[in-house]
Amino acid sequence: MWVASRELATRWCVANSRQALSLVLDKISTLVWCLIQPMTFKNMAKKLLGDPINRVDGALKATGRARYSADIKRPGMLHGVLVMSTIANGKITAIDTADALKVPGVVNVMSHQNAPKLAGMDKNKPSEIATDRVLHVFQDDLVHYNNQPIAMVLAETLEQATEGASLVRVTYQTQPVKLPLPAGKADMSTPKQMPRVDDQVDTKRGDLAAGLAAAINRMEETYTTPTMNHNALEPHALLAYWEGDKLTMYNATQGISGCQKRVAEIFGMPKENVRVITQFLGGGFGSKGTTFSHVMLAPMAAKLTGKPVRLVLKREQMFGMVGNRSATVQRLNLATGKDGKLLATAHHSITQTSDFDEFAEPAGTITRMLYACPNLDTTHKFIRANIGTPAPMRAPGEAPGVFALESAIDEMAAQLRMDPLAFRLANYAETDPNKDKPFSSKSLRECYRQGAERFGWSKRPAQPRSLKNGNYLRGMGMATTVYPMNRGESTALVRLKPDGTVQVETATQDLGTGTFTIMTQIAAEVFGLSPDQVTLSAGDSIYPTSSVSGGSRNTASTGSAVTQAAQEVLKKARQMALKDPKSPLFNVAEAEIVVQKGGQLQQKSNPKVGEALTSLLKRNGNKPLEATVQSKQGDEKGKYSMNAFGAVFAEVEVDELLGEVRVTRLLGSFAAGRIVNLKTARSQVLGGMVWAVSMALHEKTVFDPRNNRVMNANLAEYHVPVNADIQEIDGFFIEEADDIVNPAGVKGIGEIGVVGTVSAIANAIYHATGRRFRDLPITVDKVLA
Amino acid sequence: MKLFSYAQATKPADAVQLLGAQTQSKFIAGGTNLVDLMKYDVESPDRLVDISQLALTQIDATDKGLRIGALARNSDVAANALVMKQFPLLSEALLAGASPQLRNMATMGGNLLQRTRCHYFYDVSQPCNKRAAGSGCGAIGGYNRIHAILGSSPSCIATNPSDMNVALAALDAVVQVTGPNGSRSIPILDFHRLPGNTPQRDTVLEANELITAVDLPTTAIGGKSHYLKVRDRASYAFALVSVAARLAVENGVVRDVRIALGGVAHKPWRLPDVEKNMVGKPATETTFRSAAKALLAGAQPHEHNAFKIQLAENAIVRALQTVS
Amino acid sequence: MAATTPAADTAQKQAITLKVNRKTYKLDVEPRETLLDVLRERLDLTGSKKGCDHGQCGACTVHVDGRTANACLLLAVMQQGREITTIEGIAPGGKTNGQERLHPLQAAFIKHDGLQCGYCTPGQIMSGVAVLRDGHADSPAEIREWMSGNICRCGAYAGIVAAIESVKKGDTIG
Repeated sequence: MWVASRELATRWCVANSRQALSLVLDKISTLVWCLIQPMTFKNMAKKLLGDPINRVDGALKATGRARYSADIKRPGMLHGVLVMSTIANGKITAIDTADALKVPGVVNVMSHQNAPKLAGMDKNKPSEIATDRVLHVFQDDLVHYNNQPIAMVLAETLEQATEGASLVRVTYQTQPVKLPLPAGKADMSTPKQMPRVDDQVDTKRGDLAAGLAAAINRMEETYTTPTMNHNALEPHALLAYWEGDKLTMYNATQGISGCQKRVAEIFGMPKENVRVITQFLGGGFGSKGTTFSHVMLAPMAAKLTGKPVRLVLKREQMFGMVGNRSATVQRLNLATGKDGKLLATAHHSITQTSDFDEFAEPAGTITRMLYACPNLDTTHKFIRANIGTPAPMRAPGEAPGVFALESAIDEMAAQLRMDPLAFRLANYAETDPNKDKPFSSKSLRECYRQGAERFGWSKRPAQPRSLKNGNYLRGMGMATTVYPMNRGESTALVRLKPDGTVQVETATQDLGTGTFTIMTQIAAEVFGLSPDQVTLSAGDSIYPTSSVSGGSRNTASTGSAVTQAAQEVLKKARQMALKDPKSPLFNVAEAEIVVQKGGQLQQKSNPKVGEALTSLLKRNGNKPLEATVQSKQGDEKGKYSMNAFGAVFAEVEVDELLGEVRVTRLLGSFAAGRIVNLKTARSQVLGGMVWAVSMALHEKTVFDPRNNRVMNANLAEYHVPVNADIQEIDGFFIEEADDIVNPAGVKGIGEIGVVGTVSAIANAIYHATGRRFRDLPITVDKVLA
Repeated sequence: MKLFSYAQATKPADAVQLLGAQTQSKFIAGGTNLVDLMKYDVESPDRLVDISQLALTQIDATDKGLRIGALARNSDVAANALVMKQFPLLSEALLAGASPQLRNMATMGGNLLQRTRCHYFYDVSQPCNKRAAGSGCGAIGGYNRIHAILGSSPSCIATNPSDMNVALAALDAVVQVTGPNGSRSIPILDFHRLPGNTPQRDTVLEANELITAVDLPTTAIGGKSHYLKVRDRASYAFALVSVAARLAVENGVVRDVRIALGGVAHKPWRLPDVEKNMVGKPATETTFRSAAKALLAGAQPHEHNAFKIQLAENAIVRALQTVS
Repeated sequence: MAATTPAADTAQKQAITLKVNRKTYKLDVEPRETLLDVLRERLDLTGSKKGCDHGQCGACTVHVDGRTANACLLLAVMQQGREITTIEGIAPGGKTNGQERLHPLQAAFIKHDGLQCGYCTPGQIMSGVAVLRDGHADSPAEIREWMSGNICRCGAYAGIVAAIESVKKGDTIG
């Protein structure tokens, strides 16, 4: 009924019985897998706005002692450097490695000519799992995009491997190139599915034609967004080594458990034989949520050479093989009646995928639910291009899609001569019009109200071009922001020790969001302890499986698992107390026993009766209490629409003669359920808003139209904001209790800062200049035109 | 990056001698541009001669103005009291460039020799006449938003990326160099070249010549100066267009003026005749705009950079308005 | 160092002495090894990060003779005789009340959450220390400009500026 070793992934499901409990008490290493039924989470004493404690790993990061994947060494380790294709479509006819192999220290060059064959290549196909993509792992001679990995030079030092890679000569047979958007038109088709499989590809509601016909005001515009690349500051990196048939990898991944699964699948080996460790992760923004080719290539090279292999991608190699945000071309139609209410909405999105895989950027999904509108059509199509496959990138679909929608909403408000905020309020959706279900909670009105008040929205003159500051025109804009609550499966073990400290184990990674800190706080709160009494063991697949850190889901997923496991332990403690004749709580009803600050169990109706968890455990064998819970969504998703909402306000200054835009003020108000840590949460939403500045004004991956080669594959010319681009910026949270969403009560905050802010900036530029910019990014050349 | 040999020079003459006649030898000082290019395999010298220890870091007042040693760091020059007082334009331009870290390492001489940021020059898989003579120009027909609108040739449309060079052009700087055949002085406007058929050569410097100093002549121009840089983000970005302007106005009339443009050509763009024509005219937008148009006469845009013509015109007017 | 030294001779590894964080290291390097790679691969000082390897991100910022520099663009062989300080070398060391003693700016970064993923943080702090020391922290706008050589992709700029301002104001970090 239980297993001796934590390393074994097979876990036994044990009913929550006395027998299991005694086993747990006997064997600390025992993992009990309790499938907890979905339950309601009423009456839990959770702080809605959690303590802004410092990051638990802050000192490690601030002193440089935090070890990221590329910082790990292993004796005898080889350095791998990739050779990339320089054509976008065709076939490798020859790879000449002679010069590379002559470089002292170079031990091998791995290519399709000598790469180990992988047993799981039948799994290397378009997948319905958004994070599983078709990989290029040197199993054939085909080139599908420019900057595709085609060989790897392995050498004793990084310098030797780098030199070797520059000396590999490749000849190709080239084929015509399919261009990405906006020029690309090849093979336009309807995707089979959206990344979130329960999102429909196309939807229809009511009768669009009738809605348009009945309307008084109509608008139709096309909005375009460019291809973008994630560019986490930490390059994709891993160290891989084999011990017999067991593979260990220190890998920069946003999904330790998903990576373990995918590597095992592609190598055709049992998951138990793959160990993935991510101690620290230098950002990912989606690109490290997918297990891309390099994660297979390093272990392949380790197998080929019999040595540990470290592979760190160069910055320029991250423009292709590790995902991108699809460019979009979006056509929006809005139509309103004389009361300013939306009568018809259509949102038709064209995105791009690669020539060999299918990823559909879900640009139109938010349009279905953000405003009340009886007649609505949304469609998604994609074209195929010789580029690396797109992948989720911070607010995939929502960021470009809501830019289009919220720009169009602003345009309609202007056409109606209505205040943009008033227009949004006039079309407020009380229930989710797409799912036709109530919201689990929605505090958007409060976000609008408090945001507008703090920003000073009432000072915005209705007329564009009415504010000036020297050479600058000044403008104010706003937009609604939103992000769906996503939740995956996560498992956590919580162990309450007799000394009153708590140990939490879960595989989860912290990509910079604060996960390690937040998990600690969540567990501490359940027991009434302070976070420094909780130790978290994470960042390693030897711990219980956890969700990907993507789609703003990790706190909802892993946080729920930790919540439930901790509650389960607490339940055991309560039962232990009420059954213990020596406990002051003997025979007190379980529901009457509550936990108070300092880890004290108390009788609710008589707080003088109680005892410390430590004394209870000490008297009862001085052994820890533990529980492992696998947590997943119940039927609440079928009953409710669950989303975080917010309102974002922007002030910009535009120098029309020099084409310069600066964002002088940004303010976001957000309602996202419970906020576990106000400090890390604020950083999350502010970071998202910085991403919006980036998307609105800076980011664009530029392809040479002759060969789809990215011509700005570096951080000097792929612009993201620097410190000087970010002036006044703030964000705050509305208190929002939501007992429905998940046991943790959280909705996720990783993406909502980006979503609406892009259009808030574009709308502010309109207000400053009286001109609409519908093509991102809004750069000097466009403003000047 | 391939292996190369390394030697350190202690005196300018040694440095020149160490470099020898080998074409594949290079001087290295701050290294901020050269090491970057070596990592992309754009430059692959067989040999580096380290000149960073040469005693060429002084900034001294001379009877004609200022002499700035070739190895003076950009950050030191920008913060130097003499420079700030007499030639604030140079300080302003230096501080508009790169990042504090890069300015701390980059030298005057290295900045004079900074190579273009053309994407095709940087990508060894692409054609580029500047990097590989005769291979063609990838930017023509490719992505050319940052490229030249003036003085380009069918073989090259690259721009000079330096901010400092634009200021030096407006300051009538003189570059002092030394070589096996002795020393010579090169006026800044003659120092950088237009690409013509030999875009591989950015400057008139011979392969074995060493820059020793930059002289800034004190002029009677007086008046005010301003470096205006338009870029894609607020800092740490190359200029799309920049203007170094000096203007002396007396009783509302232009007494003297210098205008140099960056980001528009293979070298800082200055037309002394245009400046001469402005003298005696009212210091008004009309005068400034017609000068701007004259400076941009014959501008030839490519697919993605036509905006630079209007931008440069506006930037010139704005810079002159700022100092008038 | 004679002018006639053949290339093949000096391309070999050279014995150099580096002074890093007040410690002296003797090691053999190829002339092409950058300071960043030597710090990270040879001296196991991995606090300095490689984000772009081309001086475009600032994650590798160290101090060389008291000035900030991108270690990725410096050849190690050229750094002999210079005082190099990395993120590992700025804290005073030791403990106070059981807590590790940090540089005030390190403590301020933690307090003001001037970091998320932490990858750019060592470089940000090295630049921040220089900004404070060199007198470029008189206003948020000045701090922003002088910190613009360090990209934070997570977007923690507000916290970074707040941290530097707080040290400038002499805030004692609790």
